[in-house]
Amino acid sequence: MKASDIQALLDEPACSHNTKEKSGCAKPKPGATAGGCSFDGAQIALLPIADVAHIVHGPIACAGSSWDNRGTRSSGVTLYKIGMTTDLSETDVVMGRGEKRLFHAIKQAIDSYSPKAVFIYNTCVTALIGDDVGAVCKAATERWGVPTVPVDAAGFYGTKNLGNRLAGEAMFKHVIGTAEPAPAKPRADGLPTYDVNLIGEYNIAGEFWHVAPLFDELGLRILCTLSGDSRFHEVQTMHRARVNMVVCAKALLNVARKMQDSFGIPFFEGSFYGVQDVSNALRDFARLIGDPDLTARTEVVIAREEAKAHAALEPWRARLKDKRVLLYTGGVKSWSIVSALQDLGLKVVATGTNKSTEEDKARIRELMGEDTKMITDGSPKALLATYHEYQADILIAGGRNLYTALKARIPFLDINQEREFGYAGYDGMAELARQLALSMESPVWAAVRKPAPWARQSGPGTVLAA
Amino acid sequence: MAEIVHSKKALAVNPLKVSQTIGASLAFLGLNRSLPLMHGSQGCTAFGKVFFVRHFREPIPLQTTAMDQVSSIMGADDNVIEALRTLSDKSKPDIIGLVTTGLAETQGCDIRRSVRDFRVAHPEFAHVAVVPVSTPDYVGCLESGYALAIEALIETLVPESSCAGKRPKQVNVLASAMLTPGDTEAIKEWIEAFGLRPIVVPDIGDSLDGHLVEAETSALTIGGTPRSEIEIMGESTATLVVGPSLHKAANLLKARTGVPDYHFAGLMGLDDCDAFTQALAEISGKPVPEKIERHRAQLQDAMVDSHFMIGFARVALAGDADLLGMQVRFLSSMGAEIVSAVCTHKHESLSALPIAKVIIGDLEDMEIEARNNGAQLVIANSHAVETAARLGLPLLRAGFPQYDYVGGYARTWVGYRGTRQALFDLSNLMLEQHHELAPYRSIYWADDRDGAGKQHVISSAATGLVH
Repeated sequence: MKASDIQALLDEPACSHNTKEKSGCAKPKPGATAGGCSFDGAQIALLPIADVAHIVHGPIACAGSSWDNRGTRSSGVTLYKIGMTTDLSETDVVMGRGEKRLFHAIKQAIDSYSPKAVFIYNTCVTALIGDDVGAVCKAATERWGVPTVPVDAAGFYGTKNLGNRLAGEAMFKHVIGTAEPAPAKPRADGLPTYDVNLIGEYNIAGEFWHVAPLFDELGLRILCTLSGDSRFHEVQTMHRARVNMVVCAKALLNVARKMQDSFGIPFFEGSFYGVQDVSNALRDFARLIGDPDLTARTEVVIAREEAKAHAALEPWRARLKDKRVLLYTGGVKSWSIVSALQDLGLKVVATGTNKSTEEDKARIRELMGEDTKMITDGSPKALLATYHEYQADILIAGGRNLYTALKARIPFLDINQEREFGYAGYDGMAELARQLALSMESPVWAAVRKPAPWARQSGPGTVLAA
Repeated sequence: MAEIVHSKKALAVNPLKVSQTIGASLAFLGLNRSLPLMHGSQGCTAFGKVFFVRHFREPIPLQTTAMDQVSSIMGADDNVIEALRTLSDKSKPDIIGLVTTGLAETQGCDIRRSVRDFRVAHPEFAHVAVVPVSTPDYVGCLESGYALAIEALIETLVPESSCAGKRPKQVNVLASAMLTPGDTEAIKEWIEAFGLRPIVVPDIGDSLDGHLVEAETSALTIGGTPRSEIEIMGESTATLVVGPSLHKAANLLKARTGVPDYHFAGLMGLDDCDAFTQALAEISGKPVPEKIERHRAQLQDAMVDSHFMIGFARVALAGDADLLGMQVRFLSSMGAEIVSAVCTHKHESLSALPIAKVIIGDLEDMEIEARNNGAQLVIANSHAVETAARLGLPLLRAGFPQYDYVGGYARTWVGYRGTRQALFDLSNLMLEQHHELAPYRSIYWADDRDGAGKQHVISSAATGLVH
């Protein structure tokens, strides 16, 4: 991939990061960098497409330490869980046999697993030696008759975020608009069906299944979720949607914006975390579709679900009330999850704003008041210092900080993509409350903070042996 | 004698192999106040970190030289120097393990030269040991990368000397990548039972065993072999080498120090354990402690008890060469049949195994062979969970990674007691799938032989019988 192409991708007009001082992403600093690469990001964005053979083209490192580690769930086929890589050897690299090997690998994947499509992920080594993945994919598509899509997002191109965007770009360029959806079956209740897409929802731990029934009830057919629990054919038909919702992800805004430009599909940004946000998302769909009857029915559903959710959360509220939370997460989540926590009566005392835009920060101030600490240094040391300074009761962050918290003997909640529990939707809130209480109320904290009896300094009640 | 067969596929499906870069990093995680630094793109490190964190359930110190698009093309020597400087300054490690990735090696980096340049540019960090290792991922596997790191460590930190035996109670242990923190701990206790003092290199039993410490965070490893101990390995009275993958490292150590060495392919099963115990008795000049005699007798008892379950059991195995070899010899010694043995790379030790064939391949190869040969049990890492489920077989998790199983990293496989526990677990997995014979019903029996057309079981308690 050309440097100019990458630069063009980083310049996303629909992204609010772009207009502010923080455009694109900072150059990684040797010896002081954390976070995934573009390849990682591309896999996160596309791996949930369940009926595709996902082949990692490169030596073993990229697939070897990463396959089978995603929290996304499928309701049916699980081809995406089969790890595939060309596992290039030294001779392949030196003699330039990578392309040939890839071509045969595609054939093997098709013969053994009959995928609906094959995605080829480029990696650092193959990008560096100049394997023409695009040409191999083209030849393979023609030869074997199964759509084979290049995803050119080698690790050194940049960050995980860029990888998301490159993956979205690959879908827009090669897949979206290549097939027509079957017409929706008429509903038994005679209500109209409107087609919509979700972009950037990954069905972590199956959490979207909390929300999906409401779409069915309202007559919103999800043509495709890019990419949680989706199928290749659904991605092909995305161009026929009436509305796109970009879920919690600035990275895939390029897909939504290009679909607006090319197919005239309006989009909005939203989230499914927190009672208020789910309601807002449903309202936005109704608003953009512009059917007054749908709007009315949406309000009925929202009223019903909010009442139900509030009733379910009631027993948790007393237990969680006024507990203090240190939230460390990126971008949109820095405020979208805040409203979810506030719904539960928790107090967010500090939040990470490393990846947040000025707009995000304004939302944070609006939600949490001016005195909220905004954290930019996410090192374990800084996080723990803030935790103590603000007398927090729990740290909510991504999995990489899990053991930072546990080693410091403090409660923790994981909200990133490897987690095992679904928090989305009205029903997800109760699970969120349960997990928060589970960690904060655990008796282990007192036990592990307690010194051994024989290590106690001469305090009151200590009996000294004669 | 085993025939080594290479899987001829273009596509690796459900990979078993993990990269050399990860393996070398693991070795450095077993040293005290140490920090592995991967020379590559930031993703190499991020993936490695998640890999280790999920396996050990520990925070893992791991850094990157963060090669980007420009430095990948124009040269990344400055990244190496900058990273070494930043880490020396900020984290003050005793040892930095500088390991390379496929990206850096393909680009043609010369890390030894970069380290020399770093020394010239930053004499103020002369006290920080930097151990460079070339570990491209298009060669070898976790185990071979780990072995390369141990070789580089010896070359860099063990001075050439001729004072072997100066410390008569001190013994070196070169510990293979197959050993868990639990194993390392068991080996140390074993040696200490003879009044000897082990220096285990690397000692992941001290750094990755999972223990809460006073300090809330650390940018470096907490525990592990101290650098000062590595530097006096030349004064030991013997070196115990566990795992064929470390033969080269052992030869290197012997050539530099003249310390005599004892080689052990593994430490599972009666013969392996006896050989190790015998060596310790010889080195220490002490009789075998009663406690060890007792453990040995317990193992023998367990072998007798469990031979009914494990004898003829058809086992499918997949792992790196040291682990695979140890398990194959142990299972064969119990009368089990190895119906599929898949290894990640070709190592010379494999051909001596007492089975017909070893496939160099992936978990798909194991799955196919296990199905064709009617396997009853699978031993492999957590990636084989789905494989075992498709085969309808129980899985005993061994090797890297074990991310879906709490405490897998802590399990002790080696020694008399570790072997005994493995026998118990294997037996139970076999018992759980024991199928009763289908009852035969005679054509002469009346339909209501068991009552009015119904077959039901009356529990003995309900019948009022007292046993």
